[in-house]
Amino acid sequence: MKTYGDIPGTTVFDAEQSRKGYHLNMFCMSLMKPANRERFKAGERAYLDEWPMTAEQKQAVIVRDYNRMISLGGNIYFLAKIFATDGRSFQYAAALMTGMSQEDYARMMLGGGRAYEANKPKEGV
Amino acid sequence: MARISAGITCSHVPAIGAAIDLGKTQEPYWAPLFAGFEFSKQWMAAHTPDVVFLVYNDHATAFSLDVIPTFAIGCAPEFAPADEGWGARPVPVVRGAPELAAHIAGSVIESDFDLTIVNKMDVDHGLTVPLSLMFGQPKSWPCLVIPFAVNVVQYPPPSGNRCYQLGKAIRRAIDSFDQDLNVQIWGTGGMSHQLQGPRAGLINKEFDSRFLDGMVKDPEALARIPREQYLREAGSEGIELVMWLIMRGALEGPVREVHRFYHVPASNTAVGHLIVEPLSAGASP
Repeated sequence: MKTYGDIPGTTVFDAEQSRKGYHLNMFCMSLMKPANRERFKAGERAYLDEWPMTAEQKQAVIVRDYNRMISLGGNIYFLAKIFATDGRSFQYAAALMTGMSQEDYARMMLGGGRAYEANKPKEGV
Repeated sequence: MARISAGITCSHVPAIGAAIDLGKTQEPYWAPLFAGFEFSKQWMAAHTPDVVFLVYNDHATAFSLDVIPTFAIGCAPEFAPADEGWGARPVPVVRGAPELAAHIAGSVIESDFDLTIVNKMDVDHGLTVPLSLMFGQPKSWPCLVIPFAVNVVQYPPPSGNRCYQLGKAIRRAIDSFDQDLNVQIWGTGGMSHQLQGPRAGLINKEFDSRFLDGMVKDPEALARIPREQYLREAGSEGIELVMWLIMRGALEGPVREVHRFYHVPASNTAVGHLIVEPLSAGASP
């Protein structure tokens, strides 16, 4: 049994997630090549259809729902290839996943980041 | 004989590399961070080693989900800076130390740590950002580098204790290499940070502070921290800190703290940095 499933706002990229997300993550990996980035930008749906990903995974990519991609097996270091292709930073993506504006998120980080205490998992679960 | 003269820990945030490459180090956001490495660069100029054994992790660059080695040692003569999706960093090619790397691989595998041997590999920001922080922007890196990649991307990574014990085996391997080489070992990554999900942005200064203290004074206690505690308290990406314990295991025994620096934030991450020297350094074997 997993004992790390109760960490709030956190999906642990373990073997099970990795298996679910294999093709999603390998699609992301393909964006390391400039020619592939161009093809993807020219027609996202057609490019995604070349990969044996689930319809849900493809849709999550199209709408850039990173939390959804993570729940469907995506790993943030692979997903980073998507927002790099979009010309976006890690901080942009992080803000998006927290539901904050990038400005508010950046301000939170400058203020010392998200405090750990407020995010402690419940004891005795 | 080869010997380990110092250990260094250093975060490897990609935005730090971008700030260096784009000439932004004196901007108000970045200046305090780079100020913390001024001493380090001066110290390094006086203590440049022959070889850096550089423990880092690959971030879906050289290793996709096709092959996920837990511990991989780079034995090639050189390693190119990787294109991670926005072009390769404008930094020198990393020159390897194939003879020493092969010796370490053999010795460590005989000590029951089953390394993956890599003879072709591009290196990403995990390896090149610490080099930039410690050496600045030279035309070529002033020493050889053995890249040592640890899987911290797919859970579970190796435990802190496994990393600490591996460090000891690396130390024995380096000590038994029959060339007079000055070797530093670097542990990179960390400190607390989380890059994913609604909890992104987590920073835990108290955890980081205890970890920095423990690296100097009580690494055995740090080696007992279970994986889950890193996830919970230092964030899902804070588990990179197990890599620091490889460095500390290799310096087994008491150390002298030469320099310590801690800064929040670099993008999403708490940056931690230590330079330590073994108290036995300089003593003849």
